[in-house]
Amino acid sequence: MINRFLAVLYTLAFAVLMGCGGGGETGGGGEGASSSAPAATTQPAPPPVDPATAATLTGTARLEGTASAQQAIQMGADPVCAKLHASPVTTEFVVAGENGALANVFVYVKDGLGGRKFPAPSEVVLLDQQGCTYHPHVFGIMVGQELEILNSDDTLHNIHAMPTKNQQFNIGQPIKGLSTKRTFDAPEVMVPFKCDVHKWMNSYAGVLDHPYFGVTGDTGSFQIGNLPPGDYVVEAWHETLGAQTQNVTVGERETKELSFTFTASQ
Amino acid sequence: MSPRVCSSLTMGAQFIHPDVSESTSSTLSTRGGWLHRFAAFTAACTWILIWAGGLVTSTESGLAVPDWPLSYGMLMPPMVGGILYEHGHRMVATFVGLLTTILAVWLWRSESRLWMRRLGAAALAMVITQGVLGGITVIFLLPTPVSVAHATLAQSFFCLVVLLAFATSGEWETAIGRSDRARPPLRVVAAIATAAVYLQLILGATVRHTGAALAIPDFPLAFGGLIPPLDSAAVSIHFAHRLFALAVAGSLAWLVVCIWQRHRDDPRFVRPAIAICCLVVLQILLGGTIVWTARAVFPATAHVATGALLLASSWLVTLRASIHLTPSAGTEMCSVALVET
Repeated sequence: MINRFLAVLYTLAFAVLMGCGGGGETGGGGEGASSSAPAATTQPAPPPVDPATAATLTGTARLEGTASAQQAIQMGADPVCAKLHASPVTTEFVVAGENGALANVFVYVKDGLGGRKFPAPSEVVLLDQQGCTYHPHVFGIMVGQELEILNSDDTLHNIHAMPTKNQQFNIGQPIKGLSTKRTFDAPEVMVPFKCDVHKWMNSYAGVLDHPYFGVTGDTGSFQIGNLPPGDYVVEAWHETLGAQTQNVTVGERETKELSFTFTASQ
Repeated sequence: MSPRVCSSLTMGAQFIHPDVSESTSSTLSTRGGWLHRFAAFTAACTWILIWAGGLVTSTESGLAVPDWPLSYGMLMPPMVGGILYEHGHRMVATFVGLLTTILAVWLWRSESRLWMRRLGAAALAMVITQGVLGGITVIFLLPTPVSVAHATLAQSFFCLVVLLAFATSGEWETAIGRSDRARPPLRVVAAIATAAVYLQLILGATVRHTGAALAIPDFPLAFGGLIPPLDSAAVSIHFAHRLFALAVAGSLAWLVVCIWQRHRDDPRFVRPAIAICCLVVLQILLGGTIVWTARAVFPATAHVATGALLLASSWLVTLRASIHLTPSAGTEMCSVALVET
């Protein structure tokens, strides 16, 4: 009787496992296939980007209103983290500088590139866990481009990526200096990262199949260069203030300036 | 020599009767002794383990240790941040696993009742399965069905250990065989209440593991009304949990009324009935506090642990009614209306 009970339990557990794993893999592969097939059959391949005629998008992201005060992060849960900072580290949810210059806004071409294909660059993107915070907080990366995740702290971190279109992963890095490389298979804006050991650690990656993206710094400015002339939809994404889009047309060698204004939440 | 076990098809519950004839005098003398104390200690530790498991979910530390069965490749990682909760849970679980192993071996070697020996083995199998489910949740990044199964099996295991503790007690041997003329008999009412609480715990686990705890941001109303717009799975799951709480409270109230009407002179039923009343009030308050505090760690965890106590209380009444009361012909109804008259 007990053997039968055990057999049923393990069979159920196995069935659940197969259901979970199988569903995830099929979904990811199916989407990738469906997004590339129509472009190959219905649209002629667009010409490659000519640097001589390429345009540039520049601009700024601003915050209208007063940003809520950044909260001091309590790092007491890990004494190693607490000792790393002489003064309290603050949250990075809304980082606004002079004149409302808004940092950590991911700006990218959302639509308009047609069927152009862009190879993944060989340059590795670094996500560093330093001082028990992620550096950078927001970044862009291309599909297939290597992401190196480094533990620069003398404590344990786990890196838990929570994409919905790509494969989730959760890696432990118990020793300082450990690094892990990962790639993403599908475009996804944005992929959140968190450390489950240190609740305050979070970061976001914009994964795209083209190189036309940028992240605003302390001055709130961004620049996207080498863009083929055309009509585009450009989106600016912020982790707490949401996303907004603008349509823009750029001609040959033209530089166009965009301005995104986010409203501080009440 | 096998125990007399009668099953209720309608409730899917089993009522186990003591059968003195099967027991040897040596077994009789051991009941209520160290084996019972050890089983009761295991049940208490299991309740603490449920607390520890609840803390893991409440602090969102389920993936703070990404590997299993080791933790960061170690037996004892630094207990910092979320690791404190996740690895702490593993440590308590290991201890309960050890206790269960000892209990199963003890039962196997000393129990004359075959069904008790089998239940001991089943407890061991359950605790091992529970450990494997816990490992699967970590390795496969908290798949909801597995996480819910892990939470549900925890409550089932708790009930089993409570049964083992009860069946090894001296009370088991002193069954009074009193006539129960109520319709339905108390054992059925208690089984209905226990089943309702158990189902509610499954719903609650689903709420926790789908992140639906704050899907309805106000309490006791829902989006300012009685019925929220059921436009998302999270809201629907959350509302189902609240709605079924009414059914659970109703079934427990029915049980308490039955005890008050027919067994108010018997402290073996009155005590758990009082506990049930207090726990229901506490549980509803904790549920509201979860919403009012935006899922603070303590009320969220205490809600799980109190649910387990409610389950154990109604389960205990079911067991006691099964061994002490004998249904007999009669038509006395046990209802709120009778109380009013």
